Amino acid sequence: MIKAVMVMNTQGKTRLAKFYEYLPVEKQQELIRGIFAVLCSRAENVSNFIDAESIFGPDSRLVYKHFATLYFVFVFDSSENELAVLDLIQVFVETLDKCFQNVCELDIVFNYSKVHTILDEMIFGGQVVETSSSEIMKAVEEISKLEAASNAITLIPKSASGWRSR
Amino acid sequence: MEQLKTIGRELAMGSQGGFYQSKEFLDLVKSIGEARSKAEEDRIVLGEIETLKRRVSEPDIPKRKMKEYILRLVYVEMLGHDASFGYIHAVKMTHDDSLLVKRTGYLAVTLFLNEDHDLIILIVNTIQKDLKSDNYLVVCAALNAVCKLINEETIPAVLPQVVDLLAHPKEAVRKKAIMALHRFYQKSPSSVSHLVSNFRKRLCDNDPGVMGATLCPLFELVSTDVNSYKDLVISFVSILKQVAERRLPKAYDYHQMPAPFIQIKLLKILALLGSGDKQASENMYTVVGDIFRKCDSSSNIGNAVLYECICCVSSIYPNPKLLESAADAISRFLKSDSHNLKYMGIDALGRLIKISPEIAEQHQLAVIDCLEDPDDTLKRKTFELLYKMTKSTNVEVIVDRMIDYMISINDNHYKTEIASRCVELAEQFAPSNQWFILIMNKVFEHAGDLVNIKVAHNLMRLIAEGFGEDDDSADSQLRSSAVDSYLHILGEPKIPSVFLQLICWVLGEYGTADGKYSASYITGKLSDVAEAYSNDETVKAYAVTALMKIYAFEIAAGRKVDMLPECQSLMEQFLASHSTDLQQRAYELQAVIGLDAHAVESIMPSDASCEDIEVDKALSFLNGYIQDSIEKGAQPYIPESERSGMLNISNFRNQDHHGASSHGLKFEAYELPKQTVQSRIPPATLASTEFVPVPEPMSVRESYPTTIVPSASSDAESTELKLRLDGVQKKWGRQTHSPATSTSSSTSKKTVNGIKQVDGSNTSNSSTWETYDSRKHVEINSEKQKLAASLFGGSSKTEKKPATGHKISKPSSHMVEKSHVRKSSMEIASEKKALVHQPPDLLDFGEPTVQSSDPPSVDPFKELEGLLEPTTQLGSTAAAATNSPDIMGLFTETPGGTHNKDDSDILSSLSKQPVTNMVGGATSTQVAQSSKGPNRKDSLEKDSLVRQMGVTPSSPNPNLFKDLLG
Repeated sequence: MIKAVMVMNTQGKTRLAKFYEYLPVEKQQELIRGIFAVLCSRAENVSNFIDAESIFGPDSRLVYKHFATLYFVFVFDSSENELAVLDLIQVFVETLDKCFQNVCELDIVFNYSKVHTILDEMIFGGQVVETSSSEIMKAVEEISKLEAASNAITLIPKSASGWRSR
Repeated sequence: MEQLKTIGRELAMGSQGGFYQSKEFLDLVKSIGEARSKAEEDRIVLGEIETLKRRVSEPDIPKRKMKEYILRLVYVEMLGHDASFGYIHAVKMTHDDSLLVKRTGYLAVTLFLNEDHDLIILIVNTIQKDLKSDNYLVVCAALNAVCKLINEETIPAVLPQVVDLLAHPKEAVRKKAIMALHRFYQKSPSSVSHLVSNFRKRLCDNDPGVMGATLCPLFELVSTDVNSYKDLVISFVSILKQVAERRLPKAYDYHQMPAPFIQIKLLKILALLGSGDKQASENMYTVVGDIFRKCDSSSNIGNAVLYECICCVSSIYPNPKLLESAADAISRFLKSDSHNLKYMGIDALGRLIKISPEIAEQHQLAVIDCLEDPDDTLKRKTFELLYKMTKSTNVEVIVDRMIDYMISINDNHYKTEIASRCVELAEQFAPSNQWFILIMNKVFEHAGDLVNIKVAHNLMRLIAEGFGEDDDSADSQLRSSAVDSYLHILGEPKIPSVFLQLICWVLGEYGTADGKYSASYITGKLSDVAEAYSNDETVKAYAVTALMKIYAFEIAAGRKVDMLPECQSLMEQFLASHSTDLQQRAYELQAVIGLDAHAVESIMPSDASCEDIEVDKALSFLNGYIQDSIEKGAQPYIPESERSGMLNISNFRNQDHHGASSHGLKFEAYELPKQTVQSRIPPATLASTEFVPVPEPMSVRESYPTTIVPSASSDAESTELKLRLDGVQKKWGRQTHSPATSTSSSTSKKTVNGIKQVDGSNTSNSSTWETYDSRKHVEINSEKQKLAASLFGGSSKTEKKPATGHKISKPSSHMVEKSHVRKSSMEIASEKKALVHQPPDLLDFGEPTVQSSDPPSVDPFKELEGLLEPTTQLGSTAAAATNSPDIMGLFTETPGGTHNKDDSDILSSLSKQPVTNMVGGATSTQVAQSSKGPNRKDSLEKDSLVRQMGVTPSSPNPNLFKDLLG
């Protein structure tokens, strides 16, 4: 089971945190700080795995991957395979990349809810439900489309701001 | 074209919030990003909270605004601040009709609330309603909330709806319903125990995504109760086979591997099912062997599958061919430059040596390299491996290494663990008493506060009892060496409390036993300890008792005792101590000193810590006194049970109890509900609703004896807890390489090759390993080699034996292999033909009832077409029937199954990419780069958009715009 997914930048700012078992906010912060401290001290060219038992309690492993300015961190237990989780992170980032075209840190900050949508399509209740990046994209796009439809009816037309960038 | 792309992009972004969030939010993120200290950040966030508090309580906020506020609240809480004032608004949003608002509401509540929060009661109703919604996205959002927010008490409220959703036409919903059910199972197994069969049913789902998701709960079910799921072995094996043969839609391919995540999950389940079960394991051998051959070991995910195969092989009933393949894979992992692979290799080695201990020997140098690696994670994993392979022959080296590492780290958690491991190994394999005491001293010295106090007690007992040998001189020698070392250690500053207690005890018992040290010397040391650690009551108590023992032994030996002045002042201090324990000990000491030799001898006999103290429970020594008293007219004692008054009372109490049970309050716990209700329901539902007569696991929970993998006899030795002094039979040393075993291993290698090398690269790998190994032996410095020899007990020469066996087998291997390949292609052909004759339901497990329950008029091909996306799949299957050997080629040539307007270019470029031989992330970078040309503009646009909105990325974090995959 996956216990938590976190995205933080190299300065230790949390960009996304999702815990699949309930933890109070203070505890979450403590864990994030603890993990960041460990991540900082890791040299280049070492493995992407960290023994997380001292931070997360028994039977927990941590896999992280460093992309540009962000650390993607997955915490999970012995029912997952470390290398596979590493690829799961890859799937996640590839999906983000497809979704935002050349995803950057700012995309994740501002499209907070969309990133959550993507993550929810991949991991549900702590279990990996979907691992195909294109399937995830399909689902997310469908959600966007339907939401846009309902948006158009009930909310202020989105085009006003959407077209501004042109 | 460019323009179209931008439009599409805007549409995508606009719909989900994208950049159309207000400038305020942008400013907030920016200012937090630029905050120089935590305090500054807190100040900004608190200001934001104030703003939000004001805003959300305003009347008539437009929904769009409200949505943004809630998202800002989520953001604030993510940064660690309390946003509880807004929870109620998030809850309100879930009631909204608009999908976007509703989903945002659900997202917020799942992040904000936990299952026991007071507000849950307000959501349960909405969830119930939404689970029945026509819009599947609403259902999905509700299911998401179900997973996070429903607790044991509220499960019944949503359970019927969730069960209904298992048959929902949308696969995304089915998938999530399965997961929700799984979550219920985790929270309260009894609440859904009658629904467990649903997981089996969903395994036959037509959608591979749903099937893959079902493996999660099944894995958990199997791991709790293996025996009820043995019947599924065949099904799992057949799914795995189909997955490995690329019969799933192309969308599930990942880096040229067919559905690797599903393969991994299946292998995990098989490992559980095959553990210690020869019959079940035999079903798996072929498919696991196939996967070993097919795995692309150049990609990260390929290695993940390989690793899982090794785990599976080491868990199921051993098969020599598979073990050989596993050993090969491990040697590739260990030789790799990637730390990740080395890590996995070490882990896998640890699993495999339980079955075949001899394979560790050929990797000795790789293991030592890992031990000296700067990567801490790898180092720890290696220590774990060493811990697993410790024998009495190598215990000294391993424990020394562990202690060195233990001293070097600061992480208390791991320090504790490694200290306890050192103690365990030392207790189990210690070659000599002196060594043992030395090691224990080191452990106590450096991690004394972290080890269990029991360890200290064990050591005390060990020193007191000796090693169970008759030889008394050895014991006393041990004791005097212990005393020597402790007196030496006492000179050091800051000794952990536990260790001091131990030292005090030993000095008190044996400090003067061998006559080497005078009583005044020892007592001086002891009072120094009590003085120096004056805030540790326990240590002081130990010291006082030790002093008392020393003085008692002196008195008993007839020598005159004069207390040292520092001792005396200490005693005065203790006699007035606030601690009653210390005070009592001090008074006892005072009393003992005043007694004569004979009395002291009987209350404090020398070296009697191991003697049993006899307690006369009947207090027979008081008989005379009682006799006297009775004669003088005292009342004899009547035992409680024989007293008449008591009898009445208990009678009365019984009656009272009886009456109470018929009316009034009952204080006893209710009886447990009988299982009959539950076991009655499943058969009924079986008859009415289930189409698939999947063997029903009855809710009866029998605890089957867990079978243990029959492993080498060495395990039995290692589990023995007694301290072993005699040499354990060497497992890896060349002494045990009897000719019989070596021949058997070479013959087994010949037969192995059907499984092993498919392509020449593997063969060359194994031969390069030999050369690598032998070359390395030359280069390696003598120190390392020595270490290797002491660790593994053998030298490079022993390796040669299996190596030559390897070489001989090689020519024959190619022959076998070729024939095998030919055979397998024939197999495919025949299989495909069979597939055409029988309806080729993708995930048909050969349960005829599945077919019969379907309307017979429906063409299963048509069904497939509708359910699985690419029509090419169908075509190629048909083509395969006629032209079977080319099936793989057909698959790779057909373009990606998904046809999505937006990213079809990426997809097609993906399928065109020669991505085969790239490791891990390399593939994706390639993809990203290939789309770099047009997309650079996107990033620029993003940048300019932000500028337009009045936010400019300033110097501290221009990196925010850096592409992650570039």
